Amino acid sequence: MRKALQVAALENGTAIDHIPPQALFKVVSLLQLQQLNNRITIGNNLRSSKIGTKGIIKVADKFFEEDEINRIALVAPNVTLNIIKNYEVIEKKKVILPDEIIGIVKCNNPKCITNNEPMKTRFHIIDKEKVELQCHYCEIKIKKEEIIL
Amino acid sequence: MEILPMKPKSLVDINDYNKDDILRILNNAAKFKANPDRDFLKGKVCATLFFEPSTRTRLSFETAINRLQGRVIGFSDTATSSLTKGESLKDTIMIVSNYVDLIIMRHYLEGSARYASEISPVPIINAGDGSNQHPTQTLLDLFSIYETQGTLENLTITVVGDLKYGRAVHSLIEGLSYFNPTFNFVAPEELKIPEKYKTFCDQKGIRYKEFAEFSIEAINSADILYMTRVQRERFTDLMEYEKVKNVYVLHNDMLKNSKDNLKVLHPLPRVKEIDQDVDDNPKAYYFQQARNGMFTRQAVICDLMRIEVV
Repeated sequence: MRKALQVAALENGTAIDHIPPQALFKVVSLLQLQQLNNRITIGNNLRSSKIGTKGIIKVADKFFEEDEINRIALVAPNVTLNIIKNYEVIEKKKVILPDEIIGIVKCNNPKCITNNEPMKTRFHIIDKEKVELQCHYCEIKIKKEEIIL
Repeated sequence: MEILPMKPKSLVDINDYNKDDILRILNNAAKFKANPDRDFLKGKVCATLFFEPSTRTRLSFETAINRLQGRVIGFSDTATSSLTKGESLKDTIMIVSNYVDLIIMRHYLEGSARYASEISPVPIINAGDGSNQHPTQTLLDLFSIYETQGTLENLTITVVGDLKYGRAVHSLIEGLSYFNPTFNFVAPEELKIPEKYKTFCDQKGIRYKEFAEFSIEAINSADILYMTRVQRERFTDLMEYEKVKNVYVLHNDMLKNSKDNLKVLHPLPRVKEIDQDVDDNPKAYYFQQARNGMFTRQAVICDLMRIEVV
């Protein structure tokens, strides 16, 4: 079988690998890639020896800040980040769920102040393994599968 | 009057106070009970912003301020406030905090008091944010327990009624968690204590038993019998409400073999869950408990304004 790259190689930038296929477009949204003018390649349902099928995102000439990239952990805690310079992977990073998430997740409680005032939401991560959040304001707990972005 | 050391600026949640804070408030509440008319708030103005009506809580806070010679501004009905014009909570808080030294607020939205405490330059007291927190209720419950039992340590508390939605019960469990309590949870299946509070008790090493029946054993073993109202508005299924509303009712004859030191508490208003024949029993303490709310709120207000109570 001819061995070919599934997604074209990147000269400089960030490749986000091992994204579960169902989380791919959430990652796009979390990183607000639609607002970038950089060259972006997105592949989904690609073969993966690690997780069966996977998604991959390559963003040319973009190196994300830690807090930007750690948002991904909400929907895809096991992704790998490859920092690429001159076609070489110079660094591999794992995403780490931060202690607090501000302005990304929507509170599931319709009676929460954050759904009724023009303000940012704020969640404490109370279980990093299970990805369980608690609203800083109304104190409701939200499980991973209930997270709305 | 002296400036006291750093303390929580606002009171939003009972967990904003640690054991020492709680005991300080209770000791000061006792001082106010002995001598409620003081001049600690002379020259100060407090606001009571009630975005949701609550006569009892508002009157208790306003009397507490009046007895300390403070002045009160505010509203008790959003129909008379700018909210009807679509003003945000932030703007209301920013404007009112220009005028006053302290804001007491009740709001129908959960988390509203926490948000207000983050944007307000003056202390906020949460007088209820939706079904979330009502910390002065917890403090007045603790004061009533402390006063009638002489201690908060090692007591058995039987809580009866709506343990699923009743925020007074949830906060009481948290507030008592410092004092090695034993709980009897008495509730119908539909209104059982939520798992998260059982987990909380397990984590803190707090003993508890659950009862599906309002059994005499749960009454006779108790130092405190904490009754709660099964609230119609908490039910989405009114058939469910009709099924349980008359099940957990306390009658005077049920107290005949209870402990001598037992006191019956209730956050009020009661509907039918305590029969009026209990009112004349010396173990009934719910009206005095409501009165204690005023002294406890005097203590909380002074604490947040860093006024030493002598």
